[in-house]
Order: sequence, then C-alpha cells, then structure tokens
Amino acid sequence: MKIANKKVTAERLVKDALAKAKHFAEYNIFTYLNEEEALKKARKIDARIARGEDVGKLAGVPYALKDNFLSPEGETTASAHILQGFVSPVTATSVAKLEAEGAIMIGRTNMDAFAHGSSTENSYFGPTLNAHDKERVAGGSSGGSAVAVALDIVEFATGTDTGGSIRQPASFNGVYGFKPTYGCISRYGVVAMASSTDCIGFFAKTPEDMDLLMSIASGQDSKDMTTLPDYYNDEVSTELNSSRARVGIIKDFDNESVDPEIREALKTKCDALKSKGHEIVELEMPALKYALAAYYIIVPAEVASNLSRYDGVRYGFRSEKSDDLDALYFNTRSEGFMPENKRRIMIGNFVLSSGFYDAYFLKAAKARTLIVKEYEKAFKKCDYLLTPVSPNPAFKLGEKVNDPVAMYLEDVMSVSLNLAGVPGLAIPAGKTKKGLPIGLQLVGPRRSDKNLIIFSKELI
Amino acid sequence: MDIKREDILHLANLSEFTLSDAETDSLGKDLQDIIKYISQLDELDTSTVEPTYQVFEMENVWRDDVILEQDATREELLALTKNEIDNQIKVPKVL
Repeated sequence: MKIANKKVTAERLVKDALAKAKHFAEYNIFTYLNEEEALKKARKIDARIARGEDVGKLAGVPYALKDNFLSPEGETTASAHILQGFVSPVTATSVAKLEAEGAIMIGRTNMDAFAHGSSTENSYFGPTLNAHDKERVAGGSSGGSAVAVALDIVEFATGTDTGGSIRQPASFNGVYGFKPTYGCISRYGVVAMASSTDCIGFFAKTPEDMDLLMSIASGQDSKDMTTLPDYYNDEVSTELNSSRARVGIIKDFDNESVDPEIREALKTKCDALKSKGHEIVELEMPALKYALAAYYIIVPAEVASNLSRYDGVRYGFRSEKSDDLDALYFNTRSEGFMPENKRRIMIGNFVLSSGFYDAYFLKAAKARTLIVKEYEKAFKKCDYLLTPVSPNPAFKLGEKVNDPVAMYLEDVMSVSLNLAGVPGLAIPAGKTKKGLPIGLQLVGPRRSDKNLIIFSKELI
Repeated sequence: MDIKREDILHLANLSEFTLSDAETDSLGKDLQDIIKYISQLDELDTSTVEPTYQVFEMENVWRDDVILEQDATREELLALTKNEIDNQIKVPKVL
C-alpha cells in the first residue's frame, strides 16, 4: 500500500481518498466522511515526516471504518436508527492501534444495522451497491467497507465477522477479507452482536497488506478478557508452510446447491495448487450441514441479550412520545430497530425461553461441539481447507430481503468457522461470465492466522 | 411447532417492542419459517455430547476487587444524553 513519505504527502493521500469517496457517492458506501479531522491528522504526519521523525508503519494511509467501531470521530451508529446521535467518548482498541501507526480514518462505512444481514440492505441508511454491478448487493454485513476497498477509495477497511460479514462481502466485491481466530484481535469498543462468535478483521488488496494489518491490530488486551495471549507475530511454523501443503476440499459442499462457476473456480485453484506441488485431500464433514441451524439459534440468543441494553435512556435515539418509563423502552425499541433486528431478538428470546431452551439453545450448543470436533478431525488430515465463501455470487438488490431464510442460506458455508473459532481468509478467485467476482475461503486451525495469510500467496 | 399470533405478541413483549398488525403478521410468518429451518437439528443425536458455549480456550479467573482506570469520565458519559439534569438522567414517570 502507499505510505506517506517526503515525496508523497499524507495530505495528498487523504485528499485523493476523500475525492474518490465523493466521486462514488451513488454507491452509498459511507455513513460519515471524516474530512476535517482526517486532513488535520494528515498535516500533522507530514510535519513529522519533514522533521525526520518515525511516523509509523501506516503513516498517512487512508482507511475506512465500519460503523460499529467506537471512536470520537463521527457518530457510531452501527447503521441503526436507535444509535443516532451517539458520539463515543471511547476509542476501540483496534482503532487506537491502527492510528498509533499513522493510519487515518476518512469515513465510516455502511452496514446492515447491528451487523444483522448478508447484503447491507438492512441499514437505516439504505443499501450499499456492489462495486462490480450497481443492481446487485454489496454483501454484508460489512458491505460499505468491502466496496470502499474494491473501488480503490482506501487502502484497507475494518470489518466485523460474526458469521461471514467480512468474507462474504469481500468475495462479492473481489477483495481479500480476513476473519481471524476468535480472540486474536480485541473486541473492546466494537458494538457487540454475538459475543461468542464476533471477530474483528480487515478488507485489503493483497496478502502482504493483510499481514501488516494483523501484525498491528492483533494481541491480548486487558479490556477484552476473551483475547488470546499474543501469538500472531510469533515465528511462522515451517511445518505448516512447507512447500508441500495438504489442502482439504469439503465434498459435502460440492453439489448442485453451489453455483457451477464457483465450483469451477475451486477446481481451477485446486489444479493450480497441485501443479505447485501441494496435495489436495477430499474430506467429508457431515456435521457442517447443521452449522447454519445451530448458528441461527446461538447467535440470535446472544443478540437478544446484547441488544437488551438499547433502551433510549443513556445514549442514542429516544422516542419522545412516552408517558411512562415502560412506554419509553417499548417505543424507543419499536421505532429504533430495523425489522431484521426485531426478527433476531425475537428468535433469540424464543430459543432461550422456558420450555424451549433444551430443545433449541442447548441442542445448538451441543451441535456446536460436533462442529468444533469436525474441524479438529479435518485438520489432522490437512493443513488448510479451501471452500467457496458462499453458494452464489452477489445477488440482485431486493431479491432476498423479504425472505429471511433465503438470506440466511447465503451464510451456509461461512458460519461454521465462527462457531468453531477458526480463521478464514476470503481470496479473490476470478469472475463469472457476467463479470461478478468469485471468492474462495482458505481456512486453517486456530492460531494459524499468519500461516494462512502467507500461504494464500500460493493461490494468486 | 406452530407459532400462533399470541406467541408472537408474547415474544414481542419479552423483547420490549410493540408491533403493528402488519408487523405481527409478517414476523409471524418469518419466525415460523426460521423455526422450521432450525428444527432440523432434531435429526442430530446429541445424547452423549457436551455443549459448547465459548471457543476461547480459557477458564474464568478472578481479579482483585479494585476499580480499574476507565476510558470515559462521568461527565462524558452524562453528556451522551440530552436529558441530563443535576448529574442525573431524566426519564418519564416510573409508576
């Protein structure tokens, strides 16, 4: 990526990014443009460069921030009406780390409200358009971030991935999207969706950039007790990066439910790997068939709990037409949430309610164990897995928005990683005849993040 | 299982929403479809399987009972509401 130096100023980089953001306004990528602050920061960095100071590994690099990361620059709304007006007094750990290296946020990106969705159509601000076809969805929930990188507005963008929200929009727009191992990057200061599967990650244009971002953002944080002890920057194990890697493909996903051009792209990449001396291993992972059902029990349950805090009292939107406190809660939540937020909260309260807990929530938690074990078994037979990210390329705007089950089925290949806590990197893998990007995901065991990113160069 | 209108209204009440008639109808249909989909877990034999609730490989630990440094001050937090009076947040009547 382009980093500011004595010849290319940070101010130039930021001005160019802001100009491009405005040029592509019709794509509805940004919920907020951070013009004033970004330019101020850029000039400061340029002054430091002129003085010969060390300005960091991301000096003057413009980036886009998904709207669910807390920072005092602009309102953090998670693209939801109920958070309108909320300017955070705190900064997310990941944001603080990026900015300490000189990165400059030029805008906040559109998303499905509270990251509930696979298309960015569930945003209070309306949908973001696909970078390659304006009649199609950007994917979601981190749609704005994916399109900002795909249209070359910024060098990188942040995202969150609870069930595919980085990998799927990355694949729909033809960029790299990484969901790390659960606990690799601090979630402190990021609007919670489902605490046991939420991951922070990035959109980038190359594996090298992704590696740099991970080396900066990863690490244990005393403010997030679910972060793992630092491991990302440990030396890469040569065992996993041998010239002959075993790459598994999942036979259960190789059927008519997957678009033929995506199956073909997977085959092409497998042939390329073989010609480089790597081994392709065919695997059956029957438990993954149940991942989506387990996911749409566990995640709504956690969503219902996490979103119970939005009551209109302390911050964000408050409905003013209420005579008493209960009415304030009910009116604020009725007016402030999008239909998909309501669906997920209600499903969550259903699977957690007495009489249904054992049949749904406990059953799903047990299915989750089977999925975790399925991955452990698979990684005894191979070093990585290579699978499609989603069964189809980007679909048309409006096509699935009124059919929640059809929308959820888009996540069928991505959610199992989150349930198992394993990392996955969406990599661009060509285009369909219609010109829509195809994405594949490279999956590894927990803590294999760096190996995975480095190995992905074999697939270029 | 069949989701009845009264079930939807009960869930909305648990979730602290009020729903319009149109919302009740459409959410009723959606929830019925979703529950049908997630019920496929019934096919799995989990009689000998322990549940998994988290995947971060760690156990609960206790820390010292001391106040840690906070990122936001009381004033900054109170400034987030438009309804602050005398260091308190004003709400409509409770009873």
